[in-house]
Amino acid sequence: MADVVAPRIYYRVFAILLACTALTWWVSRLHLNSPLGVIVALTIALGKALLVVLFFMHVRYSSRLTWVLVGAGVLWVGHLLLLTMSDYLTRGTVPGW
Amino acid sequence: MAEQHTALAHQFDDLAQQHEASSLGMWAFLLTEIMFFGGLFAGYTVYRTAYAAGFVAGSQHLDILLGTLNTAVLISSSLTMALSVHAAQVGHRQLLTRCLLLTMLLGLVFLSIKGYEYWHKYHEGLVPGVRFNYTGPYPSQVQLFLIFYFVMTGLHALHMVIGLGLLALLAVLAWRGWFSAAYSTPVEIIGLYWHFVDIVWIFLYPLLYLLG
Repeated sequence: MADVVAPRIYYRVFAILLACTALTWWVSRLHLNSPLGVIVALTIALGKALLVVLFFMHVRYSSRLTWVLVGAGVLWVGHLLLLTMSDYLTRGTVPGW
Repeated sequence: MAEQHTALAHQFDDLAQQHEASSLGMWAFLLTEIMFFGGLFAGYTVYRTAYAAGFVAGSQHLDILLGTLNTAVLISSSLTMALSVHAAQVGHRQLLTRCLLLTMLLGLVFLSIKGYEYWHKYHEGLVPGVRFNYTGPYPSQVQLFLIFYFVMTGLHALHMVIGLGLLALLAVLAWRGWFSAAYSTPVEIIGLYWHFVDIVWIFLYPLLYLLG
């Protein structure tokens, strides 16, 4: 059976997630320059998603095969974004670029 | 386990093997969901890069306070979902039912706030194709941003509604004593789905609300 995760770990992750939400909101009010603001906001979002996947979704305690599936998901969506953007950014076919 | 558990399907050796198969099955489904939302995120990224100023102008019409509040509500519902899984794993029937109902309640609060936001947009005339009388700068780019806003949050809300239905089913089964410390797989599987919906929102929140 799957490992039983102690509730105190859930509470700790929850507290970090709320703190990250407050942080990303606070940073957005600083109105950083466009690329920096986006990078900070997405880095925090990635960190939050990672916490949810590892602890709330138990991946940290799951089998290697689960890790492979989750990795495949990240890999494919990474391909989708990377290849799409490398095409658009280098060809300039969208009006307004 | 020496005796056969009633929840064990005949094609599996034991409950642990069945649990692993169910969990991997859910993850495979979630991978298709990642690509499903991924298409929208890719579309958003392309147009946000092309029409940065228009998307910033559009984003300023969203209520950051309500967006942040909804993020907190959804993260809280993920906590109660995780606690539901724990209650199921230790075989605490009453706590499980209570945590599931609390998760549903938080989900309903999220959808209510979302509904209020939609209603507000309708009154402001910011719903493309239904009621759109925006007259500020970059009208067509703001319209495109709002189309992304409604499609992405709408699809997310649809997932929430489906999740609420699944949670309601779980709550009834939990109350009837369907789950035990030996068999809590369905709670864990639906939990994976609920957390996934939370993760989608974790990305929607900064992309739609904060980048203005």
